Amino acid sequence: MEAKQIMFAIFALVIVVFSVLTVTSRRILRAAVSLLMVLIATAGLYFLLSYQFMAAVQLTLYAGGIVVLIIFSILLTSQISHKFERIETKKALFSALAAVAGAVVVITTILNHSFSADSAAAAEVDMHLIGHSLLETGRDGYVLPFEVISVLLVAAMIGAIVIAKKGSPHKDEPAK
Amino acid sequence: MIMNSGIPLEFYLVLATVMFFTGIYGFLTRRNLITMLMSVELILNSVNINFMAFNRFLFPGKLEGHFFSLFVIAVAAAEAAVAIAIIINIYRRFTTINVEDVNQMKY
Repeated sequence: MEAKQIMFAIFALVIVVFSVLTVTSRRILRAAVSLLMVLIATAGLYFLLSYQFMAAVQLTLYAGGIVVLIIFSILLTSQISHKFERIETKKALFSALAAVAGAVVVITTILNHSFSADSAAAAEVDMHLIGHSLLETGRDGYVLPFEVISVLLVAAMIGAIVIAKKGSPHKDEPAK
Repeated sequence: MIMNSGIPLEFYLVLATVMFFTGIYGFLTRRNLITMLMSVELILNSVNINFMAFNRFLFPGKLEGHFFSLFVIAVAAAEAAVAIAIIINIYRRFTTINVEDVNQMKY
């Protein structure tokens, strides 16, 4: 076995184990840390595919940004020592059935389909190429989605501030 | 099977499928808003793996999948920010983020 195959096996194991822990752990902070491990292992997969830029984005934005945001909101809204009650057996059973059935269908489809190979050599993506295509207006340019995403981020930021700020005390009586 | 440094494409796809349906299971069973949000993040992340693997194995000369997952990550960040603002507002009003106790607008 090559080193890359061993690395892939490690990342796959980490992703599967910690994904299951993310959705089954009864302590919310442990679930968040498992999610962090999954996201870091995904960045490792991107390194294996030699997409260094995406791996860096994954580490900074997902593992750095979103997980910190989630942990902050956990600390604001939950008791750390609180454990979730057990899921009803019926609900867990049917959810697992739906998930396993879907996974079986998709995996059989994947394994039965033969993908047409492109024999071009896998090259590392040049960082200059990424920057140029992000801001290019031509055929291979992505300036329109780039601008749309920046407007979306501004809208999301303003929306988050407006939603989360405290309203005036007369209007926002808590419904008890 | 298409090989790239000894790992076939199908391995990545099956791994992403397992991750996706783990997220689906979590979304169906969890009753806490933050853990449901975490399940959605798992789903989005597995889709990103698919985009990157397809881009690398089937169209190595192009960057479509690369940029698509870049934009998916940006949208996921925006979504997480707004969702957490809503969750904090819900917590302030109901002092719980359990979806079964937040039913004021249900009927």
